Amino acid sequence: MFEDGAIINELLIERLNYIIYVVLLLIGLHAMISKQNLIKKLIGMSIFQTAIILFYVSIAVKDNATIPIYKTEHDPHGDAAKAAVLDSNRSGEETKAFYAPVMLKPEETQQYSNPLPHVLMLTAIVVGVATLGLALALCLRIQQGYGTVEEDELLVKIERSDARYSQSPLAKAKNRRRTQSRNTRKPRTSVKSTKSIGKSAKPLESRDSTKTKKTTSKSNLSQPKKKPASTSRKPRSSSSKVEGSKPTTPKAPAKKASEKTRAPKKKGAE
Amino acid sequence: MGLELFNTFILLLLVVTALAALRVRDLITAAAVLGVYSFLMCLLWAEMGAVDVAFTEATVGAGISTVVLVATIFNLKRKSND
Amino acid sequence: MKWISLIPVVGVGVLLLFAAQDFPEWGDPQSPASQSPVASHFINNTGVDTEVPNMVTAVLADYRGFDTMFETVVVFIAGIAVLAILKGSGGRRRGTRRAYEVEAEPDIIVTHTVRLMVPVIQIFAFYVLAHGHVSPGGGFQGGVVMGASFILVALAWDLDHALVRMSLPRCMAIAAAGIIIYAGIGFLSMFLGGEFLDYAELEKVLPVSREMARYHAMLGVEIGVGFTVTSIMFALYANLSTEGRLKGGL
Repeated sequence: MFEDGAIINELLIERLNYIIYVVLLLIGLHAMISKQNLIKKLIGMSIFQTAIILFYVSIAVKDNATIPIYKTEHDPHGDAAKAAVLDSNRSGEETKAFYAPVMLKPEETQQYSNPLPHVLMLTAIVVGVATLGLALALCLRIQQGYGTVEEDELLVKIERSDARYSQSPLAKAKNRRRTQSRNTRKPRTSVKSTKSIGKSAKPLESRDSTKTKKTTSKSNLSQPKKKPASTSRKPRSSSSKVEGSKPTTPKAPAKKASEKTRAPKKKGAE
Repeated sequence: MGLELFNTFILLLLVVTALAALRVRDLITAAAVLGVYSFLMCLLWAEMGAVDVAFTEATVGAGISTVVLVATIFNLKRKSND
Repeated sequence: MKWISLIPVVGVGVLLLFAAQDFPEWGDPQSPASQSPVASHFINNTGVDTEVPNMVTAVLADYRGFDTMFETVVVFIAGIAVLAILKGSGGRRRGTRRAYEVEAEPDIIVTHTVRLMVPVIQIFAFYVLAHGHVSPGGGFQGGVVMGASFILVALAWDLDHALVRMSLPRCMAIAAAGIIIYAGIGFLSMFLGGEFLDYAELEKVLPVSREMARYHAMLGVEIGVGFTVTSIMFALYANLSTEGRLKGGL
C-alpha cells in the first residue's frame, strides 16, 4: 500500500500539505454555513482565509532552498559587490555607485524560495484582518439592534418585525401612494420593541425611548419638514418612531408625549 | 526526516485546533483557540521558509485579530448556543 | 436542516482532492511555480535593480508598489467604515455586561511592567520598519507592532490613558498622512519625468544613484504604510471595545 505510485502514497505522504489545506477549507466553509452564532461564522471565515494562505505558501516551497533574502555572497551591499565596483572603476568607467551587484545565474536562483506567493499573501493577511474588524463592527451593531447574535433568534425577530411593519397603517398608506411596490426597507428601531424573549421589559424601553428620541432629534435637525417628502429617510424615521413606540405603550403608559399622539391609532391597529 | 515529521505533526495539530475553535461553547475560549491556530500557522510558514508571511501572521493574526475578537465578545453574550 | 449543507461541502472537498492528485510534489524544484520566469526575474534582478537584499520587501514596495498602495487604502477604508458604523450608536449600557463587569483599579504589577516594556516595544517597531530591507519585516509588521503597543497601554490602564496620547481625530489624521506620503512619492516621481511610482526618477532630487534612489524611496513608502496601519489598528480596537462611545471598554 505504501509503495511509490499508489494513491495513498501520492496523496498522503507527498502532498500532505494540500490534503490538510482542503480539510481546513471544508471546516471553514461548513462553519460559515451551519453555525448559528455569528461570531462562530467569523471564526470559520478566518480559518478559511488562513487555509488559502497555507496553500499559496506551500506552492512556493523548494527543496533545499533558503529564505528569499540574499545570502552573503550575493548580497548587493556585500564585499563581492564592492569588489566589482573597484574592478569597473579600474577599467576606466566612473560610476556614482558604491556597489555594483550582478545578476544571478540560473543555478544560483535555485537556492532561494519563490518570493512571489509570499508577497501576495502579505496583502491577503492584512486585508483579512481589515475585513474581520469590519465584520465584528457589524456584529456589534446587530447586537445593539436586535439584542442577539444567534441566527435563529434573529430570523424570528426579523420575520416578526416585517409582519408588524406590513400591518401598520403607515405602510398601507405608503403602498397606496407609491406607484411601484418596492417597499422592502424596514425601519431600524422597530424590532427592539418585540424583544420580550427572556429579558425584562424595563431597561429595553428606556433604551428604546432614548433611541427614538435620538432618531426624532436627528430627523428634526436634518429636515424640518416631515410627511409629504416621500423619499426614504423621512417617512422611515417617523414610521420608526411609530413602530418603536407601539408596543411599549401598553407596558409603560406614560413615557413620551410624542407617543401619546399615536396611542389611539396603535390600539386600533393592534 | 525530522523536518517532515515536524511538518506532519503541526499539520495534524492544525486540524485539531480548527475543530476545537468551532466546537467550544464559550466564545472567549474560541477566540483563544483561534490565537493558537494562528500561531501554529505562523510556525509552519516559518519552517517552510516564508519568514515575512510568518512575521505578519504572528503580529496580525495572533495579536491583533485575537485582541479585537475578545474586545468584541466583551460586549456580547459570552456563551453561544451551539 | 443544516445537515444538508454537508452535501455540497463534501462534494467540493472530493473535487478538490481529485485536483490535488495532479499537483506537483510538495517542494519540487521543477514545478511550474518554481520555474516561472517572473519569479526567476525577481530573484535574479532584485539586487541589480534596487540593491535591496530582502526580495519580498523589494517586490512588495517597488515592483508591485501600486498593489501595496491600494492595500493601504483598504485598511484605511476599513478603519473609517468601523467608525461610521459604530459612532454615535452606543446608547446606554447593555444588561449583558453587568453580570461580570467589575470596577477594577489598574494593577500595580501590570502597570509597572507595561511602563517599562512599552518604550522597548516602540523602538523595536521602528527597527522592524527600518530594517525591513535586509531582514524580515517592513511597513506592515512594524506598523502593527506599534499599534499593538498602544493597545497594550489601553489594556494595562484604561482606554482614556491611551486616548490621551492618541486621540481618534489624531489617529485618522495620521492614517490619512500615511496614504498621502505613499501617493506623494508616486506623484513626485511622476512630476520628475518618470511614471507613477517609478522611484528611479528620484535620483534628480536625491544625491544618490538610480538604484539607491529606489532603495530610499522604498523606505519612505514603508513609513507611509506604517503610519496608516498603526493608527487604524488602534482605532479598530478603541471603537470595537467600547461600541463607538470611547468610554469604559476593556
